Amino acid sequence: MIVHDVIAALGLEVAAGADHLDNELTGGYASDLLSCVMAGAKAGNVWVTLQAHTNVIAVAELLGLGCVIITEGVRPGEETLSRANEKGVPTLLSKESTFAVVGKLWQLGIRSPK
Amino acid sequence: MIPPLITRRARELGLELIAITDHNSAENVEAVQLAAKGSGVAVLAGMEVQTREEAHIVCLFDTVAQVLAWQETVYASLPPLKNREEVFGAQFVVDETGDYRRTNERLLLASTALPVEEVVAGVGALGGLCIAAHVDRQAYSLLANLGFIPAGLALAAVEISRLTPPEEATVRYPQLRGWPLITSGDAHRLSEMRANMLVTCCQPSVSELQLAFRGEGGRKVKLFP
Repeated sequence: MIVHDVIAALGLEVAAGADHLDNELTGGYASDLLSCVMAGAKAGNVWVTLQAHTNVIAVAELLGLGCVIITEGVRPGEETLSRANEKGVPTLLSKESTFAVVGKLWQLGIRSPK
Repeated sequence: MIPPLITRRARELGLELIAITDHNSAENVEAVQLAAKGSGVAVLAGMEVQTREEAHIVCLFDTVAQVLAWQETVYASLPPLKNREEVFGAQFVVDETGDYRRTNERLLLASTALPVEEVVAGVGALGGLCIAAHVDRQAYSLLANLGFIPAGLALAAVEISRLTPPEEATVRYPQLRGWPLITSGDAHRLSEMRANMLVTCCQPSVSELQLAFRGEGGRKVKLFP
Protein backbone atom coordinates (compact mmCIF):
# COMPACT_ATOMS: atom_id res chain seq x y z
CA MET A 1 0.00 0.00 0.00
CA ILE A 2 1.31 3.46 -0.86
CA VAL A 3 0.51 6.91 0.57
CA HIS A 4 -1.74 7.70 -2.37
CA ASP A 5 -4.02 4.74 -1.53
CA VAL A 6 -4.52 6.10 2.00
CA ILE A 7 -5.28 9.60 0.71
CA ALA A 8 -7.91 8.21 -1.64
CA ALA A 9 -9.51 5.91 0.94
CA LEU A 10 -9.68 8.51 3.75
CA GLY A 11 -10.28 11.62 1.63
CA LEU A 12 -7.24 13.42 3.05
CA GLU A 13 -5.96 16.84 2.03
CA VAL A 14 -2.34 16.89 0.84
CA ALA A 15 -0.75 19.89 2.56
CA ALA A 16 2.88 19.17 1.67
CA GLY A 17 5.23 16.55 0.24
CA ALA A 18 3.09 15.89 -2.83
CA ASP A 19 6.13 14.55 -4.72
CA HIS A 20 6.41 11.55 -2.42
CA LEU A 21 2.93 10.03 -2.49
CA ASP A 22 4.28 6.75 -3.86
CA ASN A 23 6.07 5.97 -0.56
CA GLU A 24 5.38 2.36 0.42
CA LEU A 25 3.72 2.09 3.88
CA THR A 26 5.09 -0.51 6.29
CA GLY A 27 2.73 0.00 9.25
CA GLY A 28 1.24 2.71 11.45
CA TYR A 29 1.89 4.57 14.68
CA ALA A 30 -0.20 7.09 16.63
CA SER A 31 1.01 9.42 19.41
CA ASP A 32 1.21 13.12 20.18
CA LEU A 33 4.37 12.76 22.23
CA LEU A 34 7.25 13.09 19.79
CA SER A 35 9.60 11.43 22.25
CA CYS A 36 7.44 8.27 22.07
CA VAL A 37 7.28 8.42 18.28
CA MET A 38 11.07 8.63 18.09
CA ALA A 39 11.26 5.44 20.14
CA GLY A 40 8.33 3.52 18.67
CA ALA A 41 7.65 4.33 15.02
CA LYS A 42 9.53 2.56 12.24
CA ALA A 43 10.73 3.56 8.77
CA GLY A 44 7.92 3.67 6.25
CA ASN A 45 5.16 3.99 8.88
CA VAL A 46 2.19 6.32 8.63
CA TRP A 47 2.16 8.51 11.76
CA VAL A 48 -1.15 9.91 13.04
CA THR A 49 -1.01 12.92 15.40
CA LEU A 50 -2.62 16.24 16.15
CA GLN A 51 0.72 17.96 16.74
CA ALA A 52 1.59 20.32 13.91
CA HIS A 53 4.91 21.69 15.12
CA THR A 54 7.91 21.76 12.75
CA ASN A 55 9.54 19.13 14.96
CA VAL A 56 6.95 16.69 13.59
CA ILE A 57 8.61 16.94 10.20
CA ALA A 58 12.07 16.61 11.71
CA VAL A 59 11.03 13.39 13.49
CA ALA A 60 9.37 12.03 10.34
CA GLU A 61 12.53 12.72 8.37
CA LEU A 62 14.77 11.28 11.07
CA LEU A 63 12.84 7.98 11.08
CA GLY A 64 12.14 7.88 7.35
CA LEU A 65 8.37 7.71 7.92
CA GLY A 66 6.10 7.15 4.93
CA CYS A 67 3.76 10.03 5.73
CA VAL A 68 2.22 12.07 8.55
CA ILE A 69 -1.52 12.52 9.04
CA ILE A 70 -2.45 15.57 11.16
CA THR A 71 -5.93 15.18 12.63
CA GLU A 72 -8.78 17.18 14.18
CA GLY A 73 -8.63 19.84 11.46
CA VAL A 74 -5.38 21.29 12.82
CA ARG A 75 -3.58 23.33 10.14
CA PRO A 76 0.21 23.38 10.34
CA GLY A 77 1.97 26.73 9.97
CA GLU A 78 3.93 27.81 6.90
CA GLU A 79 7.24 26.82 8.46
CA THR A 80 6.08 23.26 9.07
CA LEU A 81 4.73 22.92 5.53
CA SER A 82 7.78 24.40 3.82
CA ARG A 83 10.02 22.11 5.85
CA ALA A 84 7.83 19.13 4.85
CA ASN A 85 8.13 20.10 1.18
CA GLU A 86 11.86 20.60 1.52
CA LYS A 87 12.37 17.22 3.23
CA GLY A 88 9.85 15.40 1.07
CA VAL A 89 7.55 14.31 3.91
CA PRO A 90 3.95 13.77 2.73
CA THR A 91 1.88 15.80 5.20
CA LEU A 92 -1.81 14.97 5.05
CA LEU A 93 -4.71 16.62 6.86
CA SER A 94 -7.90 15.14 8.25
CA LYS A 95 -10.82 16.80 10.00
CA GLU A 96 -11.50 13.57 11.88
CA SER A 97 -10.10 12.51 15.25
CA THR A 98 -6.99 10.38 15.60
CA PHE A 99 -9.21 7.53 16.81
CA ALA A 100 -11.34 7.61 13.66
CA VAL A 101 -8.34 7.90 11.33
CA VAL A 102 -6.51 5.00 12.98
CA GLY A 103 -9.67 2.87 12.76
CA LYS A 104 -9.88 3.46 9.03
CA LEU A 105 -6.18 2.73 8.54
CA TRP A 106 -6.63 -0.55 10.39
CA GLN A 107 -9.55 -1.43 8.10
CA LEU A 108 -7.23 -0.85 5.13
CA GLY A 109 -4.93 -3.50 6.58
CA ILE A 110 -2.29 -1.22 8.11
CA ARG A 111 -0.92 -2.64 11.38
CA SER A 112 1.42 -1.69 14.21
CA PRO A 113 5.16 -1.93 13.53
CA LYS A 114 6.66 -5.26 14.61
CA MET B 1 -0.62 29.05 49.35
CA ILE B 2 -1.82 32.43 50.59
CA PRO B 3 0.52 35.43 50.20
CA PRO B 4 1.63 36.04 53.83
CA LEU B 5 2.36 32.35 54.33
CA ILE B 6 4.38 32.16 51.11
CA THR B 7 6.44 35.11 52.28
CA ARG B 8 6.91 33.64 55.75
CA ARG B 9 7.97 30.26 54.40
CA ALA B 10 10.39 31.92 51.97
CA ARG B 11 12.04 33.75 54.88
CA GLU B 12 12.25 30.55 56.93
CA LEU B 13 14.03 28.87 54.02
CA GLY B 14 16.35 31.83 53.51
CA LEU B 15 14.94 32.47 50.05
CA GLU B 16 15.65 35.98 48.77
CA LEU B 17 14.04 35.57 45.37
CA ILE B 18 10.88 33.73 44.40
CA ALA B 19 8.53 33.94 41.43
CA ILE B 20 4.78 33.47 41.33
CA THR B 21 3.93 31.40 38.26
CA ASP B 22 0.31 30.31 38.29
CA HIS B 23 -0.95 28.21 35.43
CA ASN B 24 -2.04 30.42 32.49
CA SER B 25 -2.81 33.26 34.91
CA ALA B 26 -1.09 36.02 36.88
CA GLU B 27 -3.94 37.45 38.93
CA ASN B 28 -2.31 36.59 42.27
CA VAL B 29 1.13 38.00 41.55
CA GLU B 30 0.56 41.49 42.90
CA ALA B 31 -0.89 40.23 46.18
CA VAL B 32 2.27 38.23 46.91
CA GLN B 33 4.47 41.19 45.98
CA LEU B 34 2.52 43.39 48.40
CA ALA B 35 2.70 40.76 51.13
CA ALA B 36 6.46 40.48 50.67
CA LYS B 37 7.13 44.21 50.89
CA GLY B 38 9.84 44.93 53.43
CA SER B 39 10.44 41.23 54.09
CA GLY B 40 13.67 40.94 52.12
CA VAL B 41 12.04 38.50 49.72
CA ALA B 42 11.89 39.70 46.11
CA VAL B 43 8.94 38.40 44.09
CA LEU B 44 9.18 38.18 40.30
CA ALA B 45 5.99 38.43 38.25
CA GLY B 46 5.50 35.23 36.29
CA MET B 47 3.24 32.64 34.75
CA GLU B 48 3.48 29.01 33.69
CA VAL B 49 1.98 28.94 30.22
CA GLN B 50 0.73 25.75 28.61
CA THR B 51 1.51 25.94 24.89
CA ARG B 52 -0.49 24.49 22.04
CA GLU B 53 1.91 21.53 22.07
CA GLU B 54 0.96 21.00 25.75
CA ALA B 55 4.42 22.00 26.95
CA HIS B 56 4.89 24.14 30.06
CA ILE B 57 6.90 27.34 29.68
CA VAL B 58 7.66 29.49 32.72
CA CYS B 59 7.62 33.20 31.87
CA LEU B 60 9.22 35.79 34.16
CA PHE B 61 8.82 39.56 34.05
CA ASP B 62 10.08 42.51 36.09
CA THR B 63 6.68 44.09 36.65
CA VAL B 64 3.06 43.21 37.29
CA ALA B 65 2.06 45.45 34.36
CA GLN B 66 4.14 43.32 32.00
CA VAL B 67 2.75 40.01 33.18
CA LEU B 68 -0.82 41.34 33.06
CA ALA B 69 -0.25 42.50 29.49
CA TRP B 70 0.97 38.99 28.68
CA GLN B 71 -2.04 37.54 30.50
CA GLU B 72 -4.34 39.26 27.98
CA THR B 73 -2.70 37.32 25.17
CA VAL B 74 -2.96 34.08 27.14
CA TYR B 75 -6.61 34.58 28.12
CA ALA B 76 -7.49 35.34 24.48
CA SER B 77 -5.82 32.04 23.52
CA LEU B 78 -7.58 29.79 26.02
CA PRO B 79 -10.61 27.73 25.00
CA PRO B 80 -13.88 29.36 26.15
CA LEU B 81 -14.47 26.79 28.89
CA LYS B 82 -15.42 27.30 32.52
CA ASN B 83 -13.58 25.70 35.40
CA ARG B 84 -15.45 22.87 37.13
CA GLU B 85 -14.64 23.33 40.80
CA GLU B 86 -15.86 19.87 41.79
CA VAL B 87 -13.30 18.33 39.43
CA PHE B 88 -10.33 20.71 39.37
CA GLY B 89 -10.78 22.72 42.57
CA ALA B 90 -11.57 26.39 43.00
CA GLN B 91 -9.38 29.10 41.47
CA PHE B 92 -9.34 31.97 43.96
CA VAL B 93 -7.85 35.40 43.54
CA VAL B 94 -6.82 36.76 46.95
CA ASP B 95 -5.45 39.99 48.38
CA GLU B 96 -2.15 40.48 50.19
CA THR B 97 -3.60 39.27 53.47
CA GLY B 98 -5.00 36.14 51.84
CA ASP B 99 -8.60 37.33 51.90
CA TYR B 100 -10.89 36.25 49.10
CA ARG B 101 -11.34 38.77 46.30
CA ARG B 102 -12.93 36.81 43.48
CA THR B 103 -13.05 33.47 41.72
CA ASN B 104 -11.35 33.00 38.38
CA GLU B 105 -13.93 31.09 36.36
CA ARG B 106 -11.80 30.34 33.31
CA LEU B 107 -10.58 26.79 32.83
CA LEU B 108 -6.93 27.57 33.48
CA LEU B 109 -5.55 24.07 33.15
CA ALA B 110 -6.22 23.90 29.40
CA SER B 111 -3.66 24.42 26.67
CA THR B 112 -3.53 27.83 25.04
CA ALA B 113 -3.66 27.96 21.25
CA LEU B 114 -0.18 29.53 21.26
CA PRO B 115 2.67 27.57 19.65
CA VAL B 116 5.81 27.55 21.81
CA GLU B 117 7.55 29.92 19.37
CA GLU B 118 4.76 32.49 19.82
CA VAL B 119 4.98 32.24 23.60
CA VAL B 120 8.72 32.85 23.59
CA ALA B 121 8.44 35.70 21.07
CA GLY B 122 5.48 37.33 22.84
CA VAL B 123 7.08 37.19 26.28
CA GLY B 124 10.37 38.49 24.89
CA ALA B 125 8.62 41.39 23.16
CA LEU B 126 7.21 42.46 26.54
CA GLY B 127 10.65 42.29 28.17
CA GLY B 128 10.28 38.92 29.86
CA LEU B 129 12.23 35.67 29.73
CA CYS B 130 11.14 32.07 29.15
CA ILE B 131 12.24 28.82 30.77
CA ALA B 132 11.18 25.41 29.49
CA ALA B 133 9.76 23.83 32.65
CA HIS B 134 10.52 20.33 34.01
CA VAL B 135 11.74 19.03 30.66
CA ASP B 136 12.66 15.68 32.23
CA ARG B 137 9.06 14.88 33.14
CA GLN B 138 6.77 12.59 31.16
CA ALA B 139 4.02 15.15 30.77
CA TYR B 140 3.77 18.86 29.93
CA SER B 141 7.42 18.78 28.93
CA LEU B 142 8.98 20.33 25.84
CA LEU B 143 11.28 17.31 25.46
CA ALA B 144 8.55 14.69 25.92
CA ASN B 145 6.08 16.43 23.66
CA LEU B 146 8.35 17.74 20.92
CA GLY B 147 11.24 15.28 21.20
CA PHE B 148 13.91 17.96 21.29
CA ILE B 149 14.12 21.72 21.76
CA PRO B 150 13.12 23.43 18.51
CA ALA B 151 16.10 25.03 16.79
CA GLY B 152 16.56 28.73 17.45
CA LEU B 153 14.08 28.91 20.34
CA ALA B 154 15.13 31.90 22.50
CA LEU B 155 14.82 30.24 25.91
CA ALA B 156 16.73 31.79 28.79
CA ALA B 157 17.13 28.39 30.44
CA VAL B 158 15.83 24.86 30.71
CA GLU B 159 14.56 23.59 34.05
CA ILE B 160 15.07 20.06 35.29
CA SER B 161 12.98 18.61 38.08
CA ARG B 162 14.04 16.69 41.15
CA LEU B 163 13.83 13.51 39.05
CA THR B 164 17.19 14.31 37.50
CA PRO B 165 20.39 15.17 39.37
CA PRO B 166 21.86 18.23 37.59
CA GLU B 167 25.14 16.47 36.80
CA GLU B 168 23.26 13.69 35.02
CA ALA B 169 20.95 15.90 32.98
CA THR B 170 22.93 15.98 29.73
CA VAL B 171 23.84 12.31 30.08
CA ARG B 172 20.17 11.32 30.26
CA TYR B 173 19.06 14.01 27.82
CA PRO B 174 21.82 14.76 25.30
CA GLN B 175 19.40 17.20 23.61
CA LEU B 176 20.02 19.56 26.56
CA ARG B 177 23.72 20.04 25.79
CA GLY B 178 24.56 23.70 25.42
CA TRP B 179 21.43 24.97 27.22
CA PRO B 180 21.64 26.79 30.56
CA LEU B 181 20.19 24.38 33.12
CA ILE B 182 18.36 25.45 36.25
CA THR B 183 16.31 23.84 39.00
CA SER B 184 13.32 25.34 40.79
CA GLY B 185 10.91 24.54 43.55
CA ASP B 186 7.88 24.18 41.26
CA ALA B 187 6.07 24.33 44.60
CA HIS B 188 2.32 23.87 44.56
CA ARG B 189 2.18 23.77 48.38
CA LEU B 190 4.08 25.54 51.15
CA SER B 191 5.64 22.21 52.11
CA GLU B 192 7.14 21.91 48.63
CA MET B 193 8.98 25.22 48.74
CA ARG B 194 12.73 24.81 48.94
CA ALA B 195 16.01 26.59 48.35
CA ASN B 196 17.75 24.81 45.53
CA MET B 197 19.43 27.39 43.36
CA LEU B 198 21.90 30.09 44.33
CA VAL B 199 21.94 32.98 41.88
CA THR B 200 24.81 35.43 41.99
CA CYS B 201 23.73 38.68 40.38
CA CYS B 202 23.39 42.43 41.05
CA GLN B 203 19.63 42.61 41.47
CA PRO B 204 16.57 40.39 41.12
CA SER B 205 15.68 41.33 37.55
CA VAL B 206 15.01 39.56 34.27
CA SER B 207 18.15 40.94 32.62
CA GLU B 208 20.35 39.91 35.55
CA LEU B 209 18.83 36.42 35.61
CA GLN B 210 19.51 36.05 31.88
CA LEU B 211 23.17 36.87 32.50
CA ALA B 212 23.33 34.52 35.48
CA PHE B 213 21.76 31.61 33.56
CA ARG B 214 24.37 32.05 30.84
CA GLY B 215 27.16 32.58 33.37
CA GLU B 216 28.12 35.91 31.88
CA GLY B 217 29.53 39.11 33.38
CA GLY B 218 30.45 37.46 36.68
CA ARG B 219 26.83 36.38 37.25
CA LYS B 220 26.21 32.70 37.79
CA VAL B 221 23.93 30.03 39.18
CA LYS B 222 24.76 27.13 41.45
CA LEU B 223 22.35 24.20 41.61
CA PHE B 224 21.85 22.10 44.72
CA PRO B 225 20.74 18.51 44.17
